[in-house]
Amino acid sequence: MLPCIQKQLDRIRDNTSYQASSLAAATAIATGLLLLVSQLTAPAIAMRQQEDQQMALALVMPSERYSNNILATAKSFRLDGRTYQLFTAFDNGVSAGYVVETEADGYAGPIKLMIGLDERLQIIGVRVLSHAETPGLGDKIEVSKHKWITSFDGLSLANTGDDKWQVKKDGGQFDQFSGATITPRAVVRQVHQTLRDMESVANQQATEQLSAAEQGASS
Amino acid sequence: MTDYRSIFAEGLWRNNVVLSQCLALCPLLAVTSSATNGLGLGLATLAVMVCANLLASVFQPAISRAVRIPINILMIATLVTLTDLLLNAWMHSLHKVLGLFIPLIVTNCAILGRVESFASKQAPVPAIADGVAMGLGFTWVLVVLGGFREVLGSGTLFADASLLLGSSFEFLELTIIPDYRGLLLMILPPGGFLVLGFMLMAQRLLQTWLQSRQLRIQGEQSCA
Repeated sequence: MLPCIQKQLDRIRDNTSYQASSLAAATAIATGLLLLVSQLTAPAIAMRQQEDQQMALALVMPSERYSNNILATAKSFRLDGRTYQLFTAFDNGVSAGYVVETEADGYAGPIKLMIGLDERLQIIGVRVLSHAETPGLGDKIEVSKHKWITSFDGLSLANTGDDKWQVKKDGGQFDQFSGATITPRAVVRQVHQTLRDMESVANQQATEQLSAAEQGASS
Repeated sequence: MTDYRSIFAEGLWRNNVVLSQCLALCPLLAVTSSATNGLGLGLATLAVMVCANLLASVFQPAISRAVRIPINILMIATLVTLTDLLLNAWMHSLHKVLGLFIPLIVTNCAILGRVESFASKQAPVPAIADGVAMGLGFTWVLVVLGGFREVLGSGTLFADASLLLGSSFEFLELTIIPDYRGLLLMILPPGGFLVLGFMLMAQRLLQTWLQSRQLRIQGEQSCA
């Protein structure tokens, strides 16, 4: 570059208002770019998340069991401070079961669980969606690491007594992992709690339907 | 005339981000519980480093020294966020593997370090070369560190590599020690510090040995 231009440039760059406006311009460009790209990618990302959810659902609720758009039935509710996300499955209008998403209090943060239940509230399957448990110890709750989580399959409140819903160390029927008791204990407790909460929800729904039917009959 | 050989020697060995500058240790120790994770973070960092170096070098005449650091930080943070969004939208399976690490790239002071000390004083092409060299240097250290921890900690090597690179790379997934019960210490953070310590030691020993050999050769030449 020619020396005189260089000098001119140096003088401009030392000017405080130039520095401030260049910083402002850089921020404006960055913000604009981020806005644009986040707008462009928003629909694609939403679609990917929906696919992920669909795949997670398929793990605990085989698709041949229901015929409705199960994602559209999503409903969140809270019961005594516990949050649930409930999906209801219907097979040609007949209730075919539920999928419940909930969280257990793990050793290192929440363990996200997905629980599939058939219409009699018997467990089809339980899967862990995400967790932060200790690798090598608590992460045996993942089905890819250990088959422990499948020990819930087929259980219900009817065929398993309240005192059995504990790890063996506490007198129940579920294995604990050597070195990690807190993680399986939390999962067992939350699955049991979910079954009990779902029972009250299902009862409530049944009464509502009954009273609606009665109202329909009387009018 | 730029000496590209020396740029690559600097990045890969002599002035390696981890082994020599001891930068970027936070993301390094956090993700290297397996070789695949190390590779993932390494490649993502490489991409951001190259873009950041290029932009810094192109805009260098327009940016005054007084506001250079804030502008560079802003640029790196924007690049990382853009990478995160684009990967999430169009390379979703890769994003599931890498997603966790992408925000960690911002905490990587090595990128800002290269932009500050090299790219903002150089022409675009050498700046890109430096980004590639430093990024590759970072990547190989991550892969070696992750590989050691994975083999010692869980007995596998490159587990889940096909999730990162596509199904044609399934041959990389090896079980080195079958029926291994695992050495938890290696997977947990202390294992990262231990293996990194040994790697630093090996690098220092090798460096000293190389230097002494060079001196000896020089000595012999001067005698002759």
